Amino acid sequence: MDQLLINQGFPLLSALIFLPLAGAFVMLPFKSEETCRYISLFVTTLVALLSFVLVAGFDTSTAAFQFGETHTWIEPLNINYTVGVDGISILLVAMTALILPFCILASWSYIKVRVKPFFICLLVMETAMLGVFVALDFVLFYILWEAMLIPMYLIIGIWGGPRKIYASIKFFLYTLAGSILLLVAIIWLYWKNSYSFYIPDMMWQPYGITPQVLVFIAFFIAFAVKVPMFPFHTWLPAAHVEAPTAGSVILASILLKMGTYGFVRFALPIVPDATLLLMPYVLWLSIAGIIYGGFTALAQQDMKKLIAYSSVGHMGFVTLGIFVLNKQGIEGAILQMINHGVTTGALFLCVGMIYERTHSRELSAATGVGKYMPVFVTFLAFFSLSSFGFPGTNSFVGEFLVLAGTFEFDLTLGLAAIPGAVLAAAYMLRMLQKVIWGGPNNPDQSWITDLNSREIVTLAPFLLFVLWIGLSPGPFMEMMDMSVTELLNQFNAYKAHSVAAVDILVTQ
Amino acid sequence: MLFLPELILLLGTLSLFLVSLGSPAIETLRKLTITVSVLVLIATLVCLKQNGSLFFDSYRVDFFSQLFKFLIIAATLAVLIFSERSPGIKSDVKAEYYVFLFTGVLGLMMLTSSVELLAILVALELSSFAVYIMVPMRSSNSAGALQMESGIKYLLFGVMSTSFMLFGMSYIFGLCGSTYLHDIAIRIEPLYYQPAAIVAMIMIMAGFFYKLAIFPFHFWVPDVYEGAANETTAFIAAVPKIAAVAVMIRIVSLISAEGQTVVNLLLVCAICSMFYGNLSALVQKDFKRMLGFSGISHAGFVLFGLLTLSSQGYATSIYYIVGYAAMNLACFLVVCTVASSGENLAIEDFTGLHQRSPFLAIILAIGLFALAGIPPFVGFTGKFMLLVNAFKQGHVLAVVLAAINTAIAIYYYLSVVRVAYCSDPEGTAPKVVPGAMTTAVSVLLLIVIVAMGILPGAFLHITSTAVGTIL
Repeated sequence: MDQLLINQGFPLLSALIFLPLAGAFVMLPFKSEETCRYISLFVTTLVALLSFVLVAGFDTSTAAFQFGETHTWIEPLNINYTVGVDGISILLVAMTALILPFCILASWSYIKVRVKPFFICLLVMETAMLGVFVALDFVLFYILWEAMLIPMYLIIGIWGGPRKIYASIKFFLYTLAGSILLLVAIIWLYWKNSYSFYIPDMMWQPYGITPQVLVFIAFFIAFAVKVPMFPFHTWLPAAHVEAPTAGSVILASILLKMGTYGFVRFALPIVPDATLLLMPYVLWLSIAGIIYGGFTALAQQDMKKLIAYSSVGHMGFVTLGIFVLNKQGIEGAILQMINHGVTTGALFLCVGMIYERTHSRELSAATGVGKYMPVFVTFLAFFSLSSFGFPGTNSFVGEFLVLAGTFEFDLTLGLAAIPGAVLAAAYMLRMLQKVIWGGPNNPDQSWITDLNSREIVTLAPFLLFVLWIGLSPGPFMEMMDMSVTELLNQFNAYKAHSVAAVDILVTQ
Repeated sequence: MLFLPELILLLGTLSLFLVSLGSPAIETLRKLTITVSVLVLIATLVCLKQNGSLFFDSYRVDFFSQLFKFLIIAATLAVLIFSERSPGIKSDVKAEYYVFLFTGVLGLMMLTSSVELLAILVALELSSFAVYIMVPMRSSNSAGALQMESGIKYLLFGVMSTSFMLFGMSYIFGLCGSTYLHDIAIRIEPLYYQPAAIVAMIMIMAGFFYKLAIFPFHFWVPDVYEGAANETTAFIAAVPKIAAVAVMIRIVSLISAEGQTVVNLLLVCAICSMFYGNLSALVQKDFKRMLGFSGISHAGFVLFGLLTLSSQGYATSIYYIVGYAAMNLACFLVVCTVASSGENLAIEDFTGLHQRSPFLAIILAIGLFALAGIPPFVGFTGKFMLLVNAFKQGHVLAVVLAAINTAIAIYYYLSVVRVAYCSDPEGTAPKVVPGAMTTAVSVLLLIVIVAMGILPGAFLHITSTAVGTIL
């Protein structure tokens, strides 16, 4: 347990995890919709503030898991409630906590029916999402990972668009079917590690190459569906398009990150040999995702679909960065997870705001609003620029690092990824051009009103982070630096004494 | 004292019989039945720690059997409460219906204590014949003549599997020269190289495969579930299965390490049950039929725990069947309440349940998500522990297949949640308001489903202790 620094004081992580759940229970007896809105806003804001305390107290000089808590949970099976954060998860936790209040704000007037259940679903989601990022017991992780499906299913299925039934069931089935084998892999690891589910103990163990490959495949299917990597991405456009704004934001900003987080947290340290062996295939799948996402986004008429496909491309960059297995790559990938969360989340909020006015997500219905919504298009322009990695914005830093890592790893691979960056500029500028100026036959948009102050408050913090990470990524990089360095050191040490075995296998 | 719960139940049944000679009002019957079951429930709790033997050692009273008796009567009480005025039962035979119901429960309770082959047979038949008669007692205006067909099917399949069991018992007696399980356990151990011993074991289990609805003795399930009244189906779906697990544990523990052939066969049956149940459930339109098929696949999971031949595996099986009973009862509670005149419900009939009764919609959704094995409910925890135990025994391929089944199953459960939550009723459907006691039962079931899912430790401890007393 030396990788876990037990927190003696206030159980901060547990507070983060269970506050939203408690909030959901508090909300139950209230009938008034307005009260429910304020309760959920209050709870999520409190969690966001607590996450600042977490970040402030985070020690960047160690790679160990901090703020650790461990309690016996299910004794006969040796399952514990163990949580902790390290440099890889701290930013994701903070991002999750910070985004949720804005999801509440974005749903303030968007959700008109069954308001209370909606906010209960959101709060339960927050509990599960925060839990997934800090869980250090594999069963705890899996339970939260799966439990999340229920509220998300309901969010899409009840409050979604016209094809909500199809989208919600597809989302549920894909994700569940993907993670079924993960459960078997977890049980195998439990059995191998003298009946313990403690994740750090499972890392860097000499498991033998065949089981490693099988476990890797189980991990890969579960996480690749969630990321989603090409060709497992088909649930994503459907779910994004039909989900209400808050649902889209949560999906894009947080849920997708769980897949990539899973790769960094589990696939690399637990089955390093298999990672090394199968890495080329994953890398080329990432490239396929980048190119495919870019081209498909270019052809979309539906704004939400466009952003959804752009997510496939962006997440391709993240997996690319992870699996080149060098420092720039992984750090870039983690930063890019945050960037994608901020930027794409904000873009979905923007589309949601348009939708509330025109009740259409079609690009053609939103053309030429620039004249009447100057504030809105300013925001939209910044987020679009950020989305294709314009210098000075957050994604530039992330993509640059990932590409630097890729070129360091392999020239061909780097060159193959470049068209993705170009495509991103093409589809984003196309959307931006249409929304702001449109063409000679714009619909009459003069009745449209610009953003109100609630909406400006919702978008402004996203813009702050876009520019902050873009102009001064130092503090963010520093948070993850120790953990990534340690991860790679361990990886290389492991590789050194097992690379010979892999070589034999590959050459045969 | 040892026989107290059964005695009270017997007296209750007799008094019900006397009442049935007149023409009692349904309210009187309801009060009487609930009083009797509450009394029995209290008696089982009082007698939980009893220990001893009765009837020439063929009837063991130990913590294991007493725990099961408690579970059986608790589940029965839940069914009695939420069936309210039993609208699905023919009104002129309602009193008789309850007489048979209690006789069936008595048989099941005796089954859990029987440790001798003939005692097992008598108890099993007592419960089976009572339930055979309950099936056709459905009122014909809610189902046409469907209940007659189901009654006959239930009877014929039941008799057939009993004859298998009897045949197996005759083999066992021939091989071991005793009908006492503890004698058999010693004498059969060196005999597992003989095909006769293996065949005998398998045939004995056939009788309980039938009760648990395990492939290939499951054929009665869909038709009986559909044809029987909603409250009868709720009873059949939960209570006999609990008792069957108790006897299965006693029988399976006769298999020694040499009986690997039997274990392999059980493994095949378990996997086939899962696939058969889940794949058939995918295409069902009738909700009870769907639950029937899902029950077949869940029985496969229960068998999964039994065939590990370890006390942990048995304890998990008990845990799972209790959880299954709770989830299933939660679903049937919704069925019985929504079908106010005892009619069958198609899946479409739940359309917009969230408007007709938000409370029942939540119960239904949680019951179904739990059955589907989504954490944090009991269905997930149970499956997870069963898989862990099977994995420890080295049945890796079976674990993978079982896991795949979870993914298949989710679709049909989800499609019910979908109509209940995501679609709105056309026109104005009537509101559904459950009674106060039904509400209490549903809250209790909900607590069981969630608490057993999140904190299984305490319950596992109890079941392990219970299993410890018989091994």
